[in-house]
Amino acid sequence: MSKTYYDPADLRKFGNITEWNEELGNKFFDYYGKVFEPGALTAREKSLIALAVSHTEQCPYCIDAYTKDGLQRGITKEEMMEAVHVGAAIKSGATLVHGVQMMNKVNKLEM
Amino acid sequence: MSKKSLLARNNELANTERQLNILSNGLFATGELPTFAKKIAETNQFPLRSKKLEILQINLGYMCNQVCAHCHVDAGPDRKEIMTKETMQQCLDVIRKTGAHTLDLTGGAPEMNPNFRWFVEEAAKVGIKDFIVRSNLTIIRANKKYHDLPKFFKKHTIHVISSMPHWTRGKTDKQRGNGVFDKSIKALQELNVVGYGIPGSKLQLDLVYNPSGAFLPGDQMALENDFKKALKEDFEIDFHNLFAITNLPISRFLDYLIASENYEEYMYSLVEAYNPVAVENVMCTNTLSISWDGWLYDCDFNQMLNLKVNSSVKHISEYNEELLQNRNISINQHCYGCTAGAGSSCQGVVA
Repeated sequence: MSKTYYDPADLRKFGNITEWNEELGNKFFDYYGKVFEPGALTAREKSLIALAVSHTEQCPYCIDAYTKDGLQRGITKEEMMEAVHVGAAIKSGATLVHGVQMMNKVNKLEM
Repeated sequence: MSKKSLLARNNELANTERQLNILSNGLFATGELPTFAKKIAETNQFPLRSKKLEILQINLGYMCNQVCAHCHVDAGPDRKEIMTKETMQQCLDVIRKTGAHTLDLTGGAPEMNPNFRWFVEEAAKVGIKDFIVRSNLTIIRANKKYHDLPKFFKKHTIHVISSMPHWTRGKTDKQRGNGVFDKSIKALQELNVVGYGIPGSKLQLDLVYNPSGAFLPGDQMALENDFKKALKEDFEIDFHNLFAITNLPISRFLDYLIASENYEEYMYSLVEAYNPVAVENVMCTNTLSISWDGWLYDCDFNQMLNLKVNSSVKHISEYNEELLQNRNISINQHCYGCTAGAGSSCQGVVA
């Protein structure tokens, strides 16, 4: 066993998942590639969305990949940080909006 | 950022043999990554051979007013290697009889060569089709004696190609030095004033983008659109094309890669992005690079690694175009820089 759960060098081995299930692996990578093609959204916009989601998913591989992808596209660090804040705002909002459920429950249970 | 060249700092990477040693060892010696020779052999492209000569690229000297962090020439104010008038004369003799349609002047800052204008005037008389000067822009603002360069370029219908790593001040100055962005913007505006870069103008102004860090350039067309939009909106600047160029792992960029512990990852990125289609059109197949002291190389990068042409003719004084055709190109692992993704050359993507 390796000493840590995450190894940066594993990212470039991602494609190897097809070795143990070629059909599903290829279907996934085809889908993935298609998703990031320019469509109604530009590839640049998609890259920033991916960067924000990488943070909310707390995926270190994805953060490495989409930070580099952003730099390659000329995306500035100010834009990247704003995107991360968008993800963070949704994350914290999602926590806090459950506060209403807590309030509802308190109101129901208390006399 | 250091204000001195690797050479002036006595950095071990000023030694070209040391650089070639690094590029041949490590990942490539253990077989973790294939050497460039092995990689191109997979698609039957070894040995890489030159085709018809189209571009003569002349390096007028390594002196420069800037000390860019990524510079493959290791250029700077402390470099004194400058082409003499005698070597220029030998170049002119070659320009007169060459079959090449493009003459590409580079450096350092080629304008800092004291005989630059004389050479341009003489070369212009020959009437070569595309006459390029690679200008770093700030030179135009560096000293009063350079202020009229835009007019000089215009007089000889020189095609100006200039470096501009980003449309924001922060990224530009980090790579090229403090104040470079503002001076570059002013220089571009002055070039626009005399007619350079205006849509439809025959005064061609192109920009070169290369990444300011250990990553590859993105899509050239998308970057061009972003540059055009930002430079127009923020500074009313027009230009024609953007060339996206990959940084090759030599000289100061190699020093940076090693010091920042990005070398291995960068080499992986280059090898993973290897594109055999780009190999077909790499610039060494149609270019000849001439150094300040008249030696002949397959490209400016090989010049900086002191890898002279594999030919019985090695110097401008004994130039023979026929003998230079179909020569085997000198290759090493730095060549992966020109074959990654859409490829890279002094004219941008090649695939």
